[in-house]
Amino acid sequence: MINWLRRNKSAQGTLLISPTLIFMIGLLIIPLILTLIISFGKRSADGNVIYSFGLHNYIRLLGVSYNCSAGQAVCYDPIYTQILWRSLTLAFNSTVVVILLAYPLAYFIARSHPSRRNTYLFLVLVPLWTNFVIRVYAWMMLLRTQGLINSALAWAADLFGRPFTPLEMLYTPGAVLIGMVYEFLPFMILPIYTSLEKIDGSLYEAAADLGANAVRTFLRVTLPLSAPGMVAGTVLVFIPVMGAFVVSDLLGGKQVILVGNLIQRQFLDARDPTFGSAASLILMALTLVVMFFYTRKFGFGEEIAIT
Amino acid sequence: MTDEFAVEMQDVVKRFTTPEGGILAAVNHVTMQIRDGEFFSLLGPSGCGKTTSLRMIAGFELPTEGKILIHGKDVSQIAPFQRPVNTVFQQYALFPHMTVEQNIGFGLEMKGVSKVERSARVSEALEMVRLPGMEMRKPKQLSGGQQQRIALARALVNKPEVLLLDEPLGALDLKLRKEMQLELKSLQREVGITFIYVTHDQEEALTMSDRIAVMSKGVALQVDKPEAIYERPATKFVADFIGETNFLDGVVRGQTGSTVEVDLPGTGTVYIESSRTFANGQQTTVAVRPEKMTLNREISGGNNLAGRVEEVIYIGTDTHYGVRFAGGHKARVREQNVTQGQKALASIGDEAIVSFTRTSPRLLTE
Repeated sequence: MINWLRRNKSAQGTLLISPTLIFMIGLLIIPLILTLIISFGKRSADGNVIYSFGLHNYIRLLGVSYNCSAGQAVCYDPIYTQILWRSLTLAFNSTVVVILLAYPLAYFIARSHPSRRNTYLFLVLVPLWTNFVIRVYAWMMLLRTQGLINSALAWAADLFGRPFTPLEMLYTPGAVLIGMVYEFLPFMILPIYTSLEKIDGSLYEAAADLGANAVRTFLRVTLPLSAPGMVAGTVLVFIPVMGAFVVSDLLGGKQVILVGNLIQRQFLDARDPTFGSAASLILMALTLVVMFFYTRKFGFGEEIAIT
Repeated sequence: MTDEFAVEMQDVVKRFTTPEGGILAAVNHVTMQIRDGEFFSLLGPSGCGKTTSLRMIAGFELPTEGKILIHGKDVSQIAPFQRPVNTVFQQYALFPHMTVEQNIGFGLEMKGVSKVERSARVSEALEMVRLPGMEMRKPKQLSGGQQQRIALARALVNKPEVLLLDEPLGALDLKLRKEMQLELKSLQREVGITFIYVTHDQEEALTMSDRIAVMSKGVALQVDKPEAIYERPATKFVADFIGETNFLDGVVRGQTGSTVEVDLPGTGTVYIESSRTFANGQQTTVAVRPEKMTLNREISGGNNLAGRVEEVIYIGTDTHYGVRFAGGHKARVREQNVTQGQKALASIGDEAIVSFTRTSPRLLTE
């Protein structure tokens, strides 16, 4: 048996990938197929799935409604398309803000003395030690009407004898954006750092030697060579934000409902797994389409090992 | 008449803080003048300050003290991109995300040269390094030797006043390196640009240079033509670093005119021609190149020292004989194998006489 395996390369390969393969088939492929089947079904009165075939859930998601006012049979209900659009723009905005925050920090770490880099990277990862939900609660404490920020501002206003109305920060789109940026920042810092750190220092010298000042060196050498890191980071940030629901639930409340929240509520509150499944698949399709065009333009950020 | 010199280093010092907190003078009061249009080498072992000197001329390091002039203009404190020099880096430092054309055209683009002229000059430069038609390749698709030429073209296309080369052939294999040495030399003659070439390879420096500065521990020990460096080394370090030298330690016993009598304790007395004046009893070292000694059975004219052959090494063109003298001195004698099937002049254990003329050795005191 051992000897046969030693000679047979393809058997070795099969053996090596089979644990993951079994795992993925059992816990990803099969559930996905089930989700697809359920998404075509109907919800029974007591919240069970009636297996049938129909595209009604998808039609509903695209905004076609049969609950119309004033005698209309069919009308446009924008609620779900709005949710999808909100998720998409939030994922886009979060990614942009995360890049803008992560790049200078990654640049700073990559340029710092090698003996200090590990300390800085360690500090970047420290927040990940605490459970994420707890950290989002901390943001709630900060952003609440009677929260830390408003208390501090009230105290300062009082000190100068000015009137003060607390700022409404919690349960706004801004709060959700802050939460997303906060959650996913490390996933952008690390790949950008990795790509910056790999750039041979003599390339900067070569650029200077050939007459490029600092700005042109950055635009022509540093930025293009660190693009793979940004691409990898974008993949790591954009996809999870598209599906996130905890941040929007806690910091957005009922004001900021994302696809993630929609799906969660269909399964847990509305007890309509068929509509929830359809929404899940639409989310997946939307993410895939965006990532397809993105990676076709920029690649997968290959050449970058994510540490 | 400042224009006579392409580069002048005036009492330049560069100090670094070491990781342990100490201070290291990588370049310690170096003064030298590099003439316009010459091929000038900075030669020395690693850590001698040659690369730091080059980097200060390029502008990547700023001198702690002293001045650097390029064609009479003080550039000591100005940024690399404002200096009329270009560098060929040790590992080439080609931009991996750019094509060969973009790499070579980078300097011209920074100067605002139009796209049309740029592309003409890039193909001209590729022509010059004998890699025409390579415009669209990426550096990764090129061999080490080709990358080397592209790096050279990228620097030369800007027509710098001075070209700086930091061990550019170090990464190439021996055969290619020898080829590139000759090619670089003829290219330099062709373009007439001053080349400053950093190397630790003495043969490379001798082959290519008009003049060489031999550096050690941050100091330029001797700046001279290759023949002068080889034939008239100023110090023991230079004599030892460039080629091979036998060092026989002795004491001066007298001087008649230009002839110095040196006693090699236990080994014998030799007479050496020297233009310098020595005091009686002064410690000195007789430095003789192995090829300037002969191995004989009998005493001949000039200096003769009797010893015992300890080593015979046949290396094809030559045979090397290691000889030990009574006073503990040792010498290596190189005899050319001139005739077909030539027999060794001696075998291990034989008594032999080592002879050399009065003019071949150098008397060194430091």
